[in-house]
Amino acid sequence: MREITIGQYIPGNSIVHRLDPRTKIILTLAYMILLFALNNFYGYIFPAAFLILATLLSRIPVRYLVKGLKPLVLIIALTFVLNSFMVKGRVIYELGPLDITYEGLSQGAFMAIRLILLITGTSILTLTTSPIALTDGIERLLSPFRKIGVPAHELAMMMTIALRFIPTLLEETDKIMKAQMARGADFESGNLINRAKNMVPLLVPLFISAFRRADDLAMAMEARCYRGGENRTRLKELKMTSLDIATYAVFVLFAIGGIASRFM
Amino acid sequence: MSIDVRKLTHIYMPNTPFESVAIKDIDWTINDGEFWGLIGHTGSGKSTLIQHLNGLLKPTSGEIIIDGKNIHGKDVSLKSIRQKVGLVFQYPEHQLFEETVAQDVAFGPKNMGLAEEEVSKRVKEALELVGLSYEEVKDKSPFELSGGQMRRVAIAGVLAMKPEVLVLDEPTAGLDPRGRDEILQEIVDLKQKQNLTVILVSHSMEDIAKIVDKLAVMYKGRMVCQGNPREIFQDYESLVEMGLGIPQVTELMIKLKGRGKDVSSDILTVEEAREEILKKIRGKGLA
Amino acid sequence: MKITAEITAKNVYYQYSADSSLALNNINLTIKPGEFVAIIGPNGSGKSTLAKLFNGIFVPTKGDVFVDGLNTKDKDKIWEIRRKAGMVFQNPDNQIVATVVEEDVAFGPENLGIAPEEIRRRIDEALRTVELTEFANKAPHLLSGGQKQRVAIAGILAMKPDCIILDEPTAMLDPVGRKEVISTVTKLNRQEGKTVILITHFMQEAVCADRVLVMEKGRIVMEGKPNEIFSQVEKLKQYGLDVPQVTELAYLLAKDNVPLPRDILTVEEMVDCLCQLM
Repeated sequence: MREITIGQYIPGNSIVHRLDPRTKIILTLAYMILLFALNNFYGYIFPAAFLILATLLSRIPVRYLVKGLKPLVLIIALTFVLNSFMVKGRVIYELGPLDITYEGLSQGAFMAIRLILLITGTSILTLTTSPIALTDGIERLLSPFRKIGVPAHELAMMMTIALRFIPTLLEETDKIMKAQMARGADFESGNLINRAKNMVPLLVPLFISAFRRADDLAMAMEARCYRGGENRTRLKELKMTSLDIATYAVFVLFAIGGIASRFM
Repeated sequence: MSIDVRKLTHIYMPNTPFESVAIKDIDWTINDGEFWGLIGHTGSGKSTLIQHLNGLLKPTSGEIIIDGKNIHGKDVSLKSIRQKVGLVFQYPEHQLFEETVAQDVAFGPKNMGLAEEEVSKRVKEALELVGLSYEEVKDKSPFELSGGQMRRVAIAGVLAMKPEVLVLDEPTAGLDPRGRDEILQEIVDLKQKQNLTVILVSHSMEDIAKIVDKLAVMYKGRMVCQGNPREIFQDYESLVEMGLGIPQVTELMIKLKGRGKDVSSDILTVEEAREEILKKIRGKGLA
Repeated sequence: MKITAEITAKNVYYQYSADSSLALNNINLTIKPGEFVAIIGPNGSGKSTLAKLFNGIFVPTKGDVFVDGLNTKDKDKIWEIRRKAGMVFQNPDNQIVATVVEEDVAFGPENLGIAPEEIRRRIDEALRTVELTEFANKAPHLLSGGQKQRVAIAGILAMKPDCIILDEPTAMLDPVGRKEVISTVTKLNRQEGKTVILITHFMQEAVCADRVLVMEKGRIVMEGKPNEIFSQVEKLKQYGLDVPQVTELAYLLAKDNVPLPRDILTVEEMVDCLCQLM
C-alpha cells in the first residue's frame, strides 16, 4: 500500500514540465473546446499534431499515455459501437434487426477519435504537472473570482490536504479491513444490501479516524500560524515566461488550422 | 495446534515497477503452547509474516500448514482458520465500531454463526479475561472509554472467538508504563489460563525478555535467527546492526564480561542481574 | 543569536469543561531561555494539556501563561506567540500538510508572509539541521515515522522559533525512530540553543534534559535534574512511571548494601561503577 503514487505525475524537467501550470490548464481547456468544435476528420490533424508535439517535447514514454487509455477502452468501444448502429444511412451489414451503416461507422470512428484525443491530451497535463502545481494553478486562475465569493484559496487548500491524505487513508482502510476480516467479517460475498451492511464495520472506524485526523491537523495548522489565505506568501511563486507565451502562440496556430478545417 | 510456515515468500505488486519482496523463504514452526516473541525493525516483514498466519495474505510462494493442512487448500475454510488464529493488530482500538462494548465484542462470535446464548456467554468471558467488568462496561459506548480500556475491548473482541493461537502486533504501543505492564501481565495470565499459543510482536526488548520463551528475529524480509532469547541476545552487535537492541541489563552483563569480569551474561531481567552481581560481589566479601 | 523567550506559568488552572475535573491544578513554572526541560507523567496527568497552554492552543481557565512576556490570553499576540513557541505533535501523519517534504516545511513561513527567497533559505537550513536534505522532494507518506517527525520539526524550525515544544513526539515511533527524534531534539538544544520542552513517557528520553518535571493528576509532583529524579525509583513507580533498567538495578543493589551511587542513568556508568567493585 505504501507504493501508491498520487495522481500519475512523472517528474521531469522537459519544456512541458517547466510550463506554468496555469498555461497548461488553460491550454488543456482550450484544446478540449477545439476538439468539440471540429466537425470533420481532417480537422483532427491539428489537435493530433499538437498532441504529438507536446508528447515528444514532454519526453513522456508513449506507454504511459496508452496506460491512461486502458481503463476507458470499454467506453471508447461502446461509443464506437453505439454510434455505428444508431446512425441511419447506407447499410453495409445487417445484424438481425440492427444495421451497420457507412455513416454510422464514420460517426463512431469520429467520436472514438475525439475521446482518445481528449483523454491523452488531459493525461499530458496530469503526467507533467505535479498535484501541487496543479492546485496552485487552479488557485491562481480562480483568484480573480474571489470577489464574487469563489473561495479560491480554501478550495486549493482542501485539494492539497485531500491529496496528502489519500495514501494515509488507503493504508488505514486496508488495515481496518484486515482487522475486521480477522474477526470473521466478510466484505466480498452476499447480495448488494448485505454487502452494504457489511461495510459498516469498515466505514465507522474509517470515519472516526478521518475526523480525528482532521481535528489533529487543524490544531497542527493553527500551531503553525495558519489563518487563511490572507497575507500568505508562497515558496514557489508562479511566473509566466517567454516559454509560456510562445506555447500560447503555437497553440493558436494549430487552433486556427483546426477551425479553418470546418469550412473545407 | 501447530503452525508450520514453509519456504514462505511474499511479493507485493509483482510484475509491476513497484514490485517489492516483503518476506523471503521463511521457515518457522510454532508448536502448541509455545510463547514466541517476534522482533525486527520497521519494514523487516513482521507484519506481512503474521498476516499470513491466518490467511489474510496469500503467499506468493511457499505454504502455511495448520494441523497438517495447507490453509489455502481446497478443503480448508479461511473463516475457521481466522477463528483458530486470532490476530490483534497494532492500535486495535481503531477498529471498534459498535454502539456498545458488548455488541462490539460480539462481532467475531456472531460472524462465526454462534447461537445468541453462546455469543453473550463468550462476550462476558472475554471481557473478564482482559480485566474489564462486564456489568460495568457492556452498555457503554466503546468511544467513551479510556485508551487502555478501548484496547482491552478490542483484544476481547478477538478472544471471544476462542482462538487457539493469539498473535498480537505491538499490543503496548502508545501506552504509558503502567498501561503497558498491565497489558503484558494480562497476556501472560491469558496464556496460562486459556492454554494459548501466543506470538508477540514487539519493539521492546525488555518486554520480550521478560515474558517470551522463544524468539524469532526478522531482518530485511528474512528470518535471520530463532530460538532461545538468552542465546539470541548474546549477539549484541549483530542485533544492533539490524536496528534492534537488547535489554539494558543484558547489555550491562555483556559489557562487564567484555571488561574481563567473571560474570554470566545469560541475563534477561533486572532481578536476574541483581542476583548474579550480588553473587560475584559477595564472593569477594564486599557488601 | 540571542534567545529571549522565557515561558512562565502563573497559578495556572485548566478545565476542559465546567463540570469536568481539573486537568491542571495550580501550575507555577518558569522555563529559562535555552533550557531543555522534560515533562514526564502517566496518561491523563495533564502533561499534554500543559504543553498546549505554552503556545496558546489552550488558554488557562484561571491564571496566566506568558511567552517572552506576552500573555497567551492576548488575542492580538497569539500568532507572535505561536511563532516563538513552535509545537510538534504526537501523530506524525496528522501534522504534515503538503504532499512534498519541502512544501510542508514551507507551510509555516508561508503563513507568516515571508518572502519566497527567504523561505527557500529557511527550508534548506531547516532540512540540513534535521538531516533530511536529500528528502526535500519526497512524498511524506513514503518516509518512516522518525523521518516524518523530523520533517515536522523542520517545519517548526523554518519559522525561527525560540522555543520548541514536543508533545509526545516519540509515542508512536519504533526505537530507531525514537533515537532519531531525540538526537535531533538534543542537537537543537545544544547546537542551535533552542529552548526545548519535551513531553514523554519514556524515561530514557528525559536523560539528556537539564531539568525533569514529573506530573500527576494535574500537578507537578517532582522537579529536578534527571539523576535526582531517577534515583527516586520507588516514588516514580508509585506514580506509574518506570526508570531505565540500570537505574533500577543500581537502586536494588544499593538496597543490598552494594556501595553504588543511586543516580546511575546509563549502561556505561553502571559498567564503570561495577568494574571498580568486582
